Amino acid sequence: MSLITPEFGLLFWQTLIFLLLFLLLAKFAWKPILGSLKEREDSIESALRMADQAKIEMQQLKAGNEKLLADARLERDRMMQEATNMANQHREVEKARATSEANYIVQQAREAIQTEKNAALAEVKNTAAQLSLDIAERILRRELADPAAQTQLVDSYLKEVKLN
Amino acid sequence: MKRLLSILFFFLTLPVFAGEPAQSGEAPKAFNAGEVILHHVADSHEWHWFSTDNGNFVSYFPVVAYQPGKGLSVFFSDKIAEGKSYKNFKLDDERLTTLDGSKVYDFSITKNVAALAMSSLVLVLVFASVARGYRRRVGRAPTGLQSFLEPFVVFIRDEVGKKSIGPKYERYMPYLLTVFFFIWFNNLLGLTPGAANLTGNIAVTMMLALLTLVITLFSGNKNYWGHIFAPPGVPWALYIIMVPVELVGIIVKPFSLMVRLFANITAGHIIILSFISLIFIFRSATAGLLSVPFGLFISVLELLVAILQAYIFTLLTAMYIGSAVEDHHETADGAHADDFGTVEQRQGGSNFAHLAQSDVAAH
Repeated sequence: MSLITPEFGLLFWQTLIFLLLFLLLAKFAWKPILGSLKEREDSIESALRMADQAKIEMQQLKAGNEKLLADARLERDRMMQEATNMANQHREVEKARATSEANYIVQQAREAIQTEKNAALAEVKNTAAQLSLDIAERILRRELADPAAQTQLVDSYLKEVKLN
Repeated sequence: MKRLLSILFFFLTLPVFAGEPAQSGEAPKAFNAGEVILHHVADSHEWHWFSTDNGNFVSYFPVVAYQPGKGLSVFFSDKIAEGKSYKNFKLDDERLTTLDGSKVYDFSITKNVAALAMSSLVLVLVFASVARGYRRRVGRAPTGLQSFLEPFVVFIRDEVGKKSIGPKYERYMPYLLTVFFFIWFNNLLGLTPGAANLTGNIAVTMMLALLTLVITLFSGNKNYWGHIFAPPGVPWALYIIMVPVELVGIIVKPFSLMVRLFANITAGHIIILSFISLIFIFRSATAGLLSVPFGLFISVLELLVAILQAYIFTLLTAMYIGSAVEDHHETADGAHADDFGTVEQRQGGSNFAHLAQSDVAAH
């Protein structure tokens, strides 16, 4: 029966020593241990969270880069397009200018030719008239012996002159 | 630290030669297994290490006796050993009594008190060194003893404290951890040959259970007392029955804690001692062929029981505290419902409550 009868003395010492043990352990063991454990877990937690954050930021950065690249590509295309357009326009303008210049030159040449031609024609006419006069003089000198022939000749000349 | 321990050990042991050669001529007393076993399991005023033909190796401790009216008497227990009487005192079956029959309070340093002091010192030294490890290697991985004990600390915190008590667990962690490691260490120390059966002593388990009761009662909130004095959903008329039942329940819970630990540890010791006693009962070494394997098996089983009982005691303590500090369900805000779940959910899962209820019977 002594086995199941709590002894007063042991109960006293157990209470005393256990409470002392509890206080000592609470102050010198559990407080630092639990504190350090919590600290470590918090630091691991925050490290993991930071890694996640970094990953997200990296992704955002990557996405930003891609957007930048796409923008740059678009800009380049636009610039190329613009340049082509400008070149085309320029070419058109140049072409038009060249054409008009050429036309002008041709026109001028034509006008000069006309003038020259006219001058030449006038000269030819003059020369022809001179020649005609010379020829006529000579013919006249020879033909004017016959009056009928003179008349005939004058008429034919006149006819020709009118037709001209 | 090692030297300190050995000095302490030396002081506590001081082996004394009782020097009583075996009485020649007398027939050896018949071996009484029951007596021997009870003697080994019970507390004693001396630490009996072993006996040889040349005598007993015994350490004696101070006897501290208080007699009302006569004051305190302190002397070493060798003076009242083996039936001797000293002054007014003698030992009657390990119980300190007086010759004239007057009342005496026994505050002696017994074998269990000595074992308690030593194991407490070991606990303080071990966990102070673990704590030093944390301070020295802040934020780094644990090493050595620290890495061995850390999983247990974390387990008690996460699986017992957080799950059973809920959001207010932090305040109770020092007590839960102290109880767990105190019971576990002393269970293991009690298994060493020659050591005291501390956690198998009802005074020790009674004190632990009482402490749990006191903590539970002082932690009890309005909701807890409301459940006891005005059980919700119960008609007024039934209060005459329900309130006494609830009040008895308050006492029964720590009582079961006390008996469970005491019975499990003592039963284990008795079984091992019984197997060993078989050799002496049959007076034949061949009985050892049976006793030794069985004794070994039970010893190994006791290693498991040592931690299991520590865990169960801690878990049930945490559950009792948890029921005392639990908030009412309707008023519990969603935030900690997410973190900790309700008690019903918590009591499922990894808890061994069902196991704890039946383990006494299993022994």
